[in-house]
Amino acid sequence: MKKIEAIIRPEKLDTVKTALEDRGILGMTITQVSGRGRQKGIALQWRAGEYRVEFLPKIKLEIVCSDDESKTAVDIICKSARTGKVGDGMIFVLPVDSAVRVRTADISEAVATTK
Amino acid sequence: MSVNSGDTAWLLISTALVMLMTPALAFFYGGMVRRKNLLSTIMMSFAILALVSVLWVIYGYSISFGPDKGGIIGALDWIGLTGVGQAPSSVYATTVPHLAFMIFQAAFAIITVALWTGAVVERIKFGALMVLGTLWLTLVYCPVAHWVWGSGGWLAGLGALDFAGGGVVHVNAGISALALAMVLGPRLGFKEKETMEPNNIPYVILGAALLWFGWFGFNAGSAVTAGGLASSAFVTTNTAGATAALTWMVLGWINRRPSVLGAATGAIVGLAAITPAAGFVQPWAAIPIGFVAALLSYYVMLWRNRANKIDESLDVFACHGVGGAWGLLAAGIFATAAVNPAASGLIDGNGRQVLIQLVAIAAIAIYAFVISWVLAAILKATMGLRVKEDEELVGLDISQHGERAYGGITQ
Repeated sequence: MKKIEAIIRPEKLDTVKTALEDRGILGMTITQVSGRGRQKGIALQWRAGEYRVEFLPKIKLEIVCSDDESKTAVDIICKSARTGKVGDGMIFVLPVDSAVRVRTADISEAVATTK
Repeated sequence: MSVNSGDTAWLLISTALVMLMTPALAFFYGGMVRRKNLLSTIMMSFAILALVSVLWVIYGYSISFGPDKGGIIGALDWIGLTGVGQAPSSVYATTVPHLAFMIFQAAFAIITVALWTGAVVERIKFGALMVLGTLWLTLVYCPVAHWVWGSGGWLAGLGALDFAGGGVVHVNAGISALALAMVLGPRLGFKEKETMEPNNIPYVILGAALLWFGWFGFNAGSAVTAGGLASSAFVTTNTAGATAALTWMVLGWINRRPSVLGAATGAIVGLAAITPAAGFVQPWAAIPIGFVAALLSYYVMLWRNRANKIDESLDVFACHGVGGAWGLLAAGIFATAAVNPAASGLIDGNGRQVLIQLVAIAAIAIYAFVISWVLAAILKATMGLRVKEDEELVGLDISQHGERAYGGITQ
């Protein structure tokens, strides 16, 4: 079982979500985050002149799924979140010990899968 | 003298309009600071509204407008509004109750003290601000108001033109802001050019729009009659604010993009510049007045930002000092007897008026700068002006007021 943490452009969320949904991956959690990578930041306008904003708004998408699904999910996110410009984001894949469904208290790998 | 109901109605409404400008300024400034100092910045203007209202009634009006003492200050004869009643004054606004004129002037004193708070935001101790506000009102605002508007004031005697406060309000507050910022020192992180992002630009626009609205009371109300002169000042006010907003927008656009923050700033600069000239100049003259004001202020602000030496945080000097000084000079250039029989400037062939205006600018600027500097230095050495370093880092909302602007995590 894996957890995928994908940092993507906020404007790409809908495209990524739809692409995952088409492949049967439904469950996800999103968070509004700020971050920077090679893109560093952007200049915004002050009253006269400008100032730099180092951290830019991004969306963090978290998905827990089986090891097999994780490869598909990463592939889909990469394709659907890409613009080719600096600032497209990063994907991290982490191992997960267990998952518990709150409603039933079921502990298993199965609950985390999307099917 | 008898009371004219039309004039009285207009002056009371104008007073309410000018009163609204101070909470408007609170939002104008509040939107530009970091979110941890939003409440603190709003509170500065709001508390000054209350503080100066009371001080004005107790002694402020008397020492500003009371019987003249040597052209410098008013006497204490009207302390606690003694003798200021429902009948008109014999020297000021003789067609409205003296009380109406008094409270109209109160609104000007309030906003002038609130204006320079833009220079000290995000680091001044709230208690020190209240003391500084009291001392500054007493030793800077009241004397300068007397010089220019008081019966017997020396700048009034010289013939200086200041229709609604380009000198008394804008140069006075703008120059003082510079002195206060220099004594207080920069915010932590200023020298290192840390990002200090405005927390809410819609608040800035809201504040600027309400300031623009209130400015009709400020300038057209300064006619203290409800007739042609008020209408003329109303038109010049709107035209100058609009011209400067457009000019600033284009300046930003040439550089990068037409910024919202810039358009709001431009409007305020144009309104500040037309203030001393509003009731002396033709409507067309408001266009060059607004245009030049935006140009001067924009480049002064750009220079201050790039130099990064003085943390005059919200550019009170660049907006109000520069705008007000240009407006005073412009009044000397564009004033015409065709608008107001009381004033003739260069275009009427009276070049001497320009010199008188320059004297007024210099006198107010030097006096305000020196006294503000001294007052701030005394407070710095005694009660202290700044919050502690950790209080500044946490933000003044929590450290000074025990509150936060946006509460709750999810609801």
